[in-house]
Amino acid sequence: MPATVKVIKKPRRTIAEQAYVPEVAKGISFAARRFFKNTFGPTAKKEIDTVKYPEEKREYPERFRGIHRLTQRFDGSPRCVACLCCSTACPAQCIYIEAAEYEPDDPRYGYERYPAVFMIDELRCIFCGYCVEACPCDAIRMDTGMHMPPSTSRDHFLYDKETLLSIPGKDGTYLTANPRHEPGDPSHPGIDRERGH
Amino acid sequence: MTTEVLLLSSILKIVFVLVVTVGAFAPVLIWAERRQSAMIQDRLGPSRAAIVLPPSAVAFIDKARLPMWRGFALTGIVAIVALVAVTWVAVRGTNPLPIPTATLTKALIGFGAASVLLRIGYGVHGMIVRNQGKVMVLGLLHPLADALKFIFKEDFVPPKSDKFLFAAGPIIALIPAIAAFAVIPFASTLHLDHWNQVLPRTGEVAGTIIPMQVASLDVGILFIFAVASTGIIGAAISGYASDNKFSLLGGIRAASQMVSYEVVLGLTLVPAFMVYRSLRLEDMAMWQHEHSWGIFNPLLALGFIMFFTAAIAETKRVPFDLPEGESELVGGYLTEYSGMKFGMFFMGEFVEVVALGAIAAILFFGAWDVPFLYRDGFDFRLPFMASGIVVPLAHWIVIAIQVLFFLLKIVVFIWFQLMIRWSLPRFRYDQLMKLCWKGLLPLSLLNILLMGVFILSGVLDKYVGLLDRL
Ligand code: SF4
Ligand code: SF4
Repeated sequence: MPATVKVIKKPRRTIAEQAYVPEVAKGISFAARRFFKNTFGPTAKKEIDTVKYPEEKREYPERFRGIHRLTQRFDGSPRCVACLCCSTACPAQCIYIEAAEYEPDDPRYGYERYPAVFMIDELRCIFCGYCVEACPCDAIRMDTGMHMPPSTSRDHFLYDKETLLSIPGKDGTYLTANPRHEPGDPSHPGIDRERGH
Repeated sequence: MTTEVLLLSSILKIVFVLVVTVGAFAPVLIWAERRQSAMIQDRLGPSRAAIVLPPSAVAFIDKARLPMWRGFALTGIVAIVALVAVTWVAVRGTNPLPIPTATLTKALIGFGAASVLLRIGYGVHGMIVRNQGKVMVLGLLHPLADALKFIFKEDFVPPKSDKFLFAAGPIIALIPAIAAFAVIPFASTLHLDHWNQVLPRTGEVAGTIIPMQVASLDVGILFIFAVASTGIIGAAISGYASDNKFSLLGGIRAASQMVSYEVVLGLTLVPAFMVYRSLRLEDMAMWQHEHSWGIFNPLLALGFIMFFTAAIAETKRVPFDLPEGESELVGGYLTEYSGMKFGMFFMGEFVEVVALGAIAAILFFGAWDVPFLYRDGFDFRLPFMASGIVVPLAHWIVIAIQVLFFLLKIVVFIWFQLMIRWSLPRFRYDQLMKLCWKGLLPLSLLNILLMGVFILSGVLDKYVGLLDRL
């Protein structure tokens, strides 16, 4: 059986295309129409995409990652238990934590630790959000919706524990929606380092 | 004409030319080019440069809001009342009012102008307050910011370059571009002694005559060609002196391209000289004023298209910007230039754009000629009308309108050149040369031949006569 060969003609230019001038006129008229529409046309018909930034702001998506905050417990202390999960997960290695024990008479003693120093270098941070993913206690969040305030000094970008605790979330709260079960609460499982599982 | 008048008027004209080209057109063009391209591409372009007012000034301006609005409303009402009164008096023919008509007219003009100004002020003021005290003027401050940047930037000179030629390059590129404006007429001749009178439409007028161009040379357009071709040296020298291979290549390209197109540029205009029978630009403008614009002549229209193509190649702009060709040559002969030296090249290029617009307007679009405007004012008359609507105007107003229209034509041509710059892709170098030597050159020679035939056979005279009657 002979194969049927489909012959595709080589595209040829017409004389009008070869003469260049009509094509030039076509191109210029297209660009000109665009120009007139965007410059002198009615505002509704303009298609300008530019956002005049400081005066106009584009709304960020709901899960936008702003600067970090440390969430608080009901008594205002940090939820963070200094487990170092976030600083381990951080690809930029910009979280520095010094863990400390609670006092022995504290109900949390032996159950969890707290961060004596919690420092994030926001200039090094790449805003990947891995720290938030890693945290088992919902203690670190990036739901502030804020940019870093600009500054001329690098020191101003080292956010310490107090600063991070003082930044509210987008909804204005310092807490999170996840409830916490403090030692001594009826809902608390009552397991700690000494008594074990 | 006394020497003082001659000297003073010459200086004034030179200042006018400099202010219009270097002072106004070139900087605005730098802005317009970016802005126009942005608008084509659905962007806003440079519009952010601003002078920031202190908050106290903003608060003060904000206080002026209500008074301004009230002033606008009050003056507006007075102006409208005056308008009604003036129309009423004009319709009735007599004036029974206690106020004389002249006062009424003055009140109309004065209060009307005040009202309009206050309204504009109100709008501007609103814009400033809305932008938190930033005065942005549509981004027109960008050229200013650019200039500041150019001046304070490091003036880098390549260590092994030829220092003298390196510095001379931009100057040689900029000066001829400006010098070309010396022979360009901005309006018809100014009769200084009768500046505030209505002149007769035709005929000689006694008294001092000032031509509205810096120098009235017999060689006219040839002077422009001669001066413009010096620009080649600027580009070539800077390419050579920069001690950079890319620069050298750019300089060579610029030189060969400009020399080639120089030939075509002259030849495409020869039919126009044949029709106007003069090389003086003011005579060409006068011919078109008395007969019809050159573009209505089909052969000249063809010549115009070819001239425009060649001229864009001559100014080395897209689609013929191979000497710069940043995708192949970094920046061509501009590679090593920075700061104000680069700025001078830039200025030179934009002044050339303006000059090209001016030449195209003079040769093909009637220069300062305004439809229906004669030396004694407007006369709107169409072929089928028995008598026209005549508006006599004083001589200086006629001249001012002519200058304005000429500038307007230049603006249109500049706009068109920017459109071309942002619409067309770059040529290849062999295509560029082919277009010149195998396309435009034979065509323009043919055009000259055809024009000669038309003139000798008398067809042209008949055609011009036909257009005259319209
Ligand atoms: S967002 Fe990423 S880079 Fe920034 S602190 Fe968290 S883990 Fe590190
Ligand atoms: S913020 Fe979360 S992950 Fe980081 S140390 Fe505290 S508890 Fe652990």
